[in-house]
Amino acid sequence: MSEITPELVRHLAHLARIDVTEQEVERFSEQLALIVDSAATLKVAVGEDIPATSHPIPMQNVFREDVVQPSLSQESALSGSADAESGRFKVAAILDEE
Amino acid sequence: MAKAELMNYEQAIEQFEVVIGLEVHVELNTNTKMFCGCKNDFGDEPNTNVCPVCLGLPGALPVVNGRAVESAIKIGLALGCDIAPTGRFARKNYFYPDLAKNFQTSQYDEPIAFEGGIQIEVSSGNTFQLNIERAHMEEDAGKLTHIGGNTGRIQGAEFSLVDYNRAGVPLIEIVTKPVFGAGAEAPELAAAYVRAIRDIVKALNVSEARMERGNVRCDANVSLRKHGAEKLGTRTETKNVNSLRSIERAVRYEIQRQAHILASGGSILQETRHWHEDKGTTSSGRPKSDADDYRYFPEPDLVPVVPSSELIERLRAELPENPAERRKRLQGVWQFSDLEFRDVVNAGLLDQIEETVAAGAKPQAARKWWTGEIARIANAGEQEVSDLPVTAAQVAELAALVESGKINDRIGREVLQAVLDGEGNPTEIVAAKGLEVVSDDGALIAAIDEALAKQPDVLEKIREGKVQAAGAVIGAVMQAMKGQADAARVRELVLERAK
Amino acid sequence: MSELIKKTAVEQLALLQSGEITSVELTKAHLDHIAAVDSSVHAFLHVNAEGALATAAEVDRRRAAGEQLPKLAGLPVAVKDNLTTMDQPSTAGSKILEGWVPQYDSTVVTRLRAELMPILGKTNLDEFAMGSTTQFSAYGSTANPWSLNRIPGGSGGGSAAAVAAFMSPVAIGSDTGGSIRYPAAMTGTVGTKPTYGAVSRYGLIALGSSLDQIGPVARNVADAALLHDVIAGHDPHDSTSLKEELGSMVEAASNQSLKGLRVGVIKELTGEGFQKGITDRFNESLEILKAQGAEIVEVSCPNFKYAVEAYYLILPAEASSNLARFDSVRFGMRVTPQGNPTIERVMSATREAGFGPEVKRRIILGTYALSSGYYDDYYGSAQKVRTLIQRDFEAAFSKADVLVSPTAPTTAFKLGEKLEDPLAMYLNDIATIPANLAGVPGLSLPNGLADEDGLPSSIQFLAPARADHRLYEVGAVLEREHENIWGKRMIDFAPEVKAGA
Repeated sequence: MSEITPELVRHLAHLARIDVTEQEVERFSEQLALIVDSAATLKVAVGEDIPATSHPIPMQNVFREDVVQPSLSQESALSGSADAESGRFKVAAILDEE
Repeated sequence: MAKAELMNYEQAIEQFEVVIGLEVHVELNTNTKMFCGCKNDFGDEPNTNVCPVCLGLPGALPVVNGRAVESAIKIGLALGCDIAPTGRFARKNYFYPDLAKNFQTSQYDEPIAFEGGIQIEVSSGNTFQLNIERAHMEEDAGKLTHIGGNTGRIQGAEFSLVDYNRAGVPLIEIVTKPVFGAGAEAPELAAAYVRAIRDIVKALNVSEARMERGNVRCDANVSLRKHGAEKLGTRTETKNVNSLRSIERAVRYEIQRQAHILASGGSILQETRHWHEDKGTTSSGRPKSDADDYRYFPEPDLVPVVPSSELIERLRAELPENPAERRKRLQGVWQFSDLEFRDVVNAGLLDQIEETVAAGAKPQAARKWWTGEIARIANAGEQEVSDLPVTAAQVAELAALVESGKINDRIGREVLQAVLDGEGNPTEIVAAKGLEVVSDDGALIAAIDEALAKQPDVLEKIREGKVQAAGAVIGAVMQAMKGQADAARVRELVLERAK
Repeated sequence: MSELIKKTAVEQLALLQSGEITSVELTKAHLDHIAAVDSSVHAFLHVNAEGALATAAEVDRRRAAGEQLPKLAGLPVAVKDNLTTMDQPSTAGSKILEGWVPQYDSTVVTRLRAELMPILGKTNLDEFAMGSTTQFSAYGSTANPWSLNRIPGGSGGGSAAAVAAFMSPVAIGSDTGGSIRYPAAMTGTVGTKPTYGAVSRYGLIALGSSLDQIGPVARNVADAALLHDVIAGHDPHDSTSLKEELGSMVEAASNQSLKGLRVGVIKELTGEGFQKGITDRFNESLEILKAQGAEIVEVSCPNFKYAVEAYYLILPAEASSNLARFDSVRFGMRVTPQGNPTIERVMSATREAGFGPEVKRRIILGTYALSSGYYDDYYGSAQKVRTLIQRDFEAAFSKADVLVSPTAPTTAFKLGEKLEDPLAMYLNDIATIPANLAGVPGLSLPNGLADEDGLPSSIQFLAPARADHRLYEVGAVLEREHENIWGKRMIDFAPEVKAGA
């Protein structure tokens, strides 16, 4: 079973874009380890041939017509943002190219 | 940043085996976005084609655009793919400001189409089989503009602005399997493949297919390995290649760059690179990791897509003529030689010539104008032929004017340029500029006489058998007529005078 | 306290429809009571006095003009603060959404407005509905009206407390692992989690997309049924919304007889893990059901023992992805650290400041469960356990028409307990989680007071997917019988919350 190390927690926190203090890293490591260990029982319980269920009520082929619906106004779209300029959401500089 | 050193291309090909892989994103021309009813449109005011869904507002939920699914199936069928009996959407999780939900709703291990293939011919006549790994549905991200710093590039920008009009636009991502054995023709093959994709989606009418508008985008993967080696080399992925020309240049550049590094004993960094059209180079972007942890999981807000066999067969029946079959048919009808036809196909001018012939031109004349002067002008201006503002009807008109003798070839080229400059249709231009070839023998004879007066010994030389002496007079007459004369007729008249 | 607000919603509607009272009177009575006692209970994060009275006035005007009105027109309702409302902040109990006024209404709210129900305000919840005691709300906890130093349950403690304290006749909640049913059990009220997909999730600030459902909270079965009928139904905005209509719950709640009904007692959800007082009340309820003609059988759901673990892998995984959108860019809090921070830094600092510890814990856990290399062991395994649990339900429903268990393992414990022990907290939902994993509907009905502490005890009914009506059929009969024995309604046992206590 994989260990929940402080390093792993820091990595996960980075993946999730949440700053964490050293205290939190320690606390999360402990708590997560407990939860994860109890979850170890799951792997044992399921055989290879049990299919996964991602949707509790099976459904398929739900589509909509390709017909334009009213959009928000620009003002409304921007209304929740902390900062906007020339009709766009304004954010701090981006570190690296996608 | 120091400029990268490149190995000579031929040397690189000699020393290494080239493996390429291509990921092409096709933007669909549906009316609405992939998961919401916002308009799928280009160039509107920022953040006016947005709604809670494509803005990723808390509580919003996606609903799949049925027409996008049909378009995806059509693309899959046209590429010879199997259509998945059950396709599922998945979340690809990563943070970026142009990604409204900080995950992209895409497809992971259950794409809608998979295992296809397409034959691509290059200018040498060689054909290659490119195998398609998969084609899947996903949504586009918003558009970022970087402000401050210099050149609007991301480095040194002070802040960025986000427009989500494009967020949620339907994309089909087509991924090839690694392509082996292209050797020196790999760059050309890459471009030819993308052109073929473009032609297919245009023929299917599922995309506007304009690369300059970003309707068709390509990421090129390139890796090298020593000939005979089993293990694949480390690959780089080059993004931001926005034209067929760029694809060819970028692949070629990467081959040369990687070859130099490997030959010097270095190793290739697995990364995403960025193509710079102005410099003709690639530069380092993000380190690319196959273990880029996107934490894919099945999208719980969407249900599986289970296309019925009826639907698939209906869409299959709606497919336009297979491009390869169409080519065979056209070559037969037009009676082009293999070489001529191959030139046309490689230049991507099949549609234009077909349209021009339909507008009344003779096939050879159409071919001559499109693959000749028009292609030349496009190349000189570093543009695609399809970018030039001339229509098939205009070319047919031009060809007809030349055929009728109203103008000659040289004047025809002048008229063509005027058409490109927006001065109107060929007939209008000829009339407006008085370019019509003088067909009145009287005028020609007058001009001949004038020229002869200045060169009296020409007639003597002709009588002596030195027929080529006529050339000087013909030249002078053509000049005097400002080229608006049929040189052959002038020659006839000069020779007649000599009798 | 006004006598009016102590009536059932059915009674209040009758008075409205007969013209004996106006909606403005009824709404004002509730608003007055909120003003009087909510400082002690803290059920509401936002009170919508003006808006509610405006709707009430509109209803009165139309009624006076003789216009046709929707069935529940004029009846006030409270809404859990994780549903979007265009005219009121929607915070999901989190600082990261403090003051956010959405640009659109959730579908359920749209239906409440179409029904012309005055919306009294938004109720408190554990932050992003993560929790079972409402103590994880970034805006302070809610008190249980039965005993103000005890939990009201969670995550929807606000809606349950509002209804239990007569601040609203009915309320809207959401249930992901028990967030409607568990607070109902803690506060002696009725709460239903409908079949997954029966009620639209459009506009519900998502927690666990494959688990969340919105449902009614009320003081009795008939009132819950009224609200259930308003909110259920297909919504084209929600791809997981059921296409078919499931029938009227109000009609189901008028059921009189249990003859021939097979009631399955889930073996794994009885016995040792449950407080004796709750077990005693549970057994008494079973006797009543039997006396009313039901057949009691025992069923076994052996995979239920994995339900809590599976849930606490699936839920955080989906939540970690659903909560990624809170990044300071388009809405919500933005924290800009000193210097020239990149957007990455702004995002990380914002989420650090805006999310509480339980939310952070679950996001990190969820990120872990989905990471490459761990997916199969954690998220993947959990989704397989889900299949096993569905099969358990299928097998059980071949032997019984409804299943039963106590809703909660204990009565309402004190505020502050178990806060440092997440695993212990997670066990509060041991009986409610299986229904969310399988998508089946469940209803919690109060069935008396536990002897040890005099606090509410409840029984939970579960039905097959799409058979929500069975919950109301059996719930209505059992409630009637209990009330006959008590000589009053369950809520009449509750101590009165004093004004300004």
